[in-house]
Amino acid sequence: MPYDVPHAVSPGLWTLAWKRLRADRVAMVSLAIVVAFLVMVVLSATGVIAKDWAKEVGVNYAPPSFLGPAEPAAGAAIAPAPATVSDEPTELPIEDPLAGALAAIKNEGAAAPKAAEGGNATEGQSVDPLADVMAEIKSKGVTNATAEVRAPTLPLGGDKWGRDVLKKVIKGSQTSIIVGLASACVATLLGTVFGALAGYYGKWIDDFFNWFYSVFTSIPYLLLILAVAAVLQQKGVLTIVLILGLTGWTGTFRLIRGEYLKHKGREYVQAADAIGASNSRRMFVHIFPNVSHVVLVQLSIFTVAFIKSEVILSFLGFGVPVDVVSWGSMLNEAQNELILGKWWQLAAAGTAMAVLVTAFSLFTDALRDALDPKLK
Amino acid sequence: MYGYIIRRLWQMIPTLLGVILLVFILFNWVGGDPAYVLAGKISSAEQIANIRKQLGVDQPYYVQLGIFIRQVVTADFGASWSTNEPVSHILVTRLGPSMTLLVPWLILSTLISIGLALAVAYVRGSLTDRAVMISCTVGLSISILVYIIVFQYVFAYKLGWFPVQGWGDSFWENLVVYSSLPILILLVVSIAPDLRLFRTFMLDEINQDYVRTARAKGLSENRIMWVHVLRNASIPIITQVMATLPGLLIGAFLVERFFSIPGIGREVILAVERSDFPVIKAITVYVAVATMIFNLLADLMYKAVDPRVQLK
Repeated sequence: MPYDVPHAVSPGLWTLAWKRLRADRVAMVSLAIVVAFLVMVVLSATGVIAKDWAKEVGVNYAPPSFLGPAEPAAGAAIAPAPATVSDEPTELPIEDPLAGALAAIKNEGAAAPKAAEGGNATEGQSVDPLADVMAEIKSKGVTNATAEVRAPTLPLGGDKWGRDVLKKVIKGSQTSIIVGLASACVATLLGTVFGALAGYYGKWIDDFFNWFYSVFTSIPYLLLILAVAAVLQQKGVLTIVLILGLTGWTGTFRLIRGEYLKHKGREYVQAADAIGASNSRRMFVHIFPNVSHVVLVQLSIFTVAFIKSEVILSFLGFGVPVDVVSWGSMLNEAQNELILGKWWQLAAAGTAMAVLVTAFSLFTDALRDALDPKLK
Repeated sequence: MYGYIIRRLWQMIPTLLGVILLVFILFNWVGGDPAYVLAGKISSAEQIANIRKQLGVDQPYYVQLGIFIRQVVTADFGASWSTNEPVSHILVTRLGPSMTLLVPWLILSTLISIGLALAVAYVRGSLTDRAVMISCTVGLSISILVYIIVFQYVFAYKLGWFPVQGWGDSFWENLVVYSSLPILILLVVSIAPDLRLFRTFMLDEINQDYVRTARAKGLSENRIMWVHVLRNASIPIITQVMATLPGLLIGAFLVERFFSIPGIGREVILAVERSDFPVIKAITVYVAVATMIFNLLADLMYKAVDPRVQLK
């Protein structure tokens, strides 16, 4: 944000909005939380954290070893990594011949107290070509050999197969947030372009898009999503993004169309016309910056709405494929686990989602107020 | 008045045609040949051939569209692809359970939200107001799935206050025994957003001059809030309630699914799971029709609530 402009220039909309936003404590706290989630998503997407979420590192339904702050922050995720990695070769000796050696080297470096005992090493020997080296390194580096095959407890518990719930939540956040952001971009783009065309040109183009709008709004949103999901048989992240984006543009369309109707008669647009600016230039270079704050608010409203929709779709099994974890698929597993009294996966996924959505909604409200002070 | 209604009904035709076209494009063009969808579901080749003939898959698209429009107009969508039950029969029998659930919920939810919104708007800016608004925001952020899973587990499974799921034959048994927990969950989920919205509607009215006039002439606060403010705030409230009404049929699908209530919403989920296109097509078109009719009803209700409104 360019808030350090020379004082001779009068502050623009964005500068003023940023100033108002900074004065709002709730907005800044929510922004910090949202940014923390986004950083976590970036780290997880680039494979820095939670890369091995599918590894079965604990006993089945391992209970959580600590019940600290409810929010699974990005920082907490890195802490359990050495312990879990050290157990990895003993459970999955077939996985990767080098993984064992790697882990063992790591073990040595970290001097982790927990390591595979002799029995496990011999078990690994039959499959792993590097097992000899591994055992050697292990016997050198590790003296105590009392660890078990799988961790009895995990930071936020384990699921049915003993996968780390904390890592699943991080990976699930990545899927859900990326889907929410991507589909919000698609929906906002469609709504903006349609609304700009309809509002700017008017006449039959406006009639056509209004008809299109009334068709889409007369079908309840969730029904439309489910109908599209029924037709598109293949599951996948891209499919959900398309479903949500192609069906969700209506709200933005209405707002942007109204803004363009209002702006197209203004003097600055007439001036642009007089200097010979083309229609598309007037629409997107001259008018668009003046309505972009509406677009930004719409984008954040959509992100929250689509994250919620994605969770429901994935829960029902129409969303992400089986090998991808999202908050929705976690809640689906948690439903059966709760009957057995294993509440931690439900709590973890539910809390992560609630924290992000609360922060995002509060930030959206503050953003809207900051960008349009007349509203208050 | 009648002229207005007829004109509005007339204007629905292009929209309805658009909905039909959209559903047609989705299911006949994007969805492709039903033979591929049905291959794993129906073993008899004869039956598949029958369905293809019924839909006119071999014919050009305009003939198929004609067949679809005829299906919509005559309300005859043929039989379900998975259970062979006539689609019209599915719709009629599933409507009852949905209504048993939705009508009491809608009434309770609207009344409670209005009452709370009036109360909160009256003490606007106070600690109570802010606490209620914050808890609404937090409550809204928790997924409906979490509410359903937790409530079903705690109240039905652990405490045994309600049946875990099921549906009976008698209306009163369904309403009192089987619907109460689902309705409770829906209330918890729906009051938070409604309350937030209705509160802003009330706040728009509460600073108007007529409220000051009413106070000046010595009316009781109860009368000012419940008669003067509420009546003026009712137009946006009616818009909101009527606009969400048809969507509720589908919106309750999660609850219907969890509690095994044989309603429309659960039917949609089942149909999507089984790729039962005739059922989805029929429900989509008729819910769209219902949406348009409810929009018209909302406009007529404005006139009843506020005589100043001119229908033109």
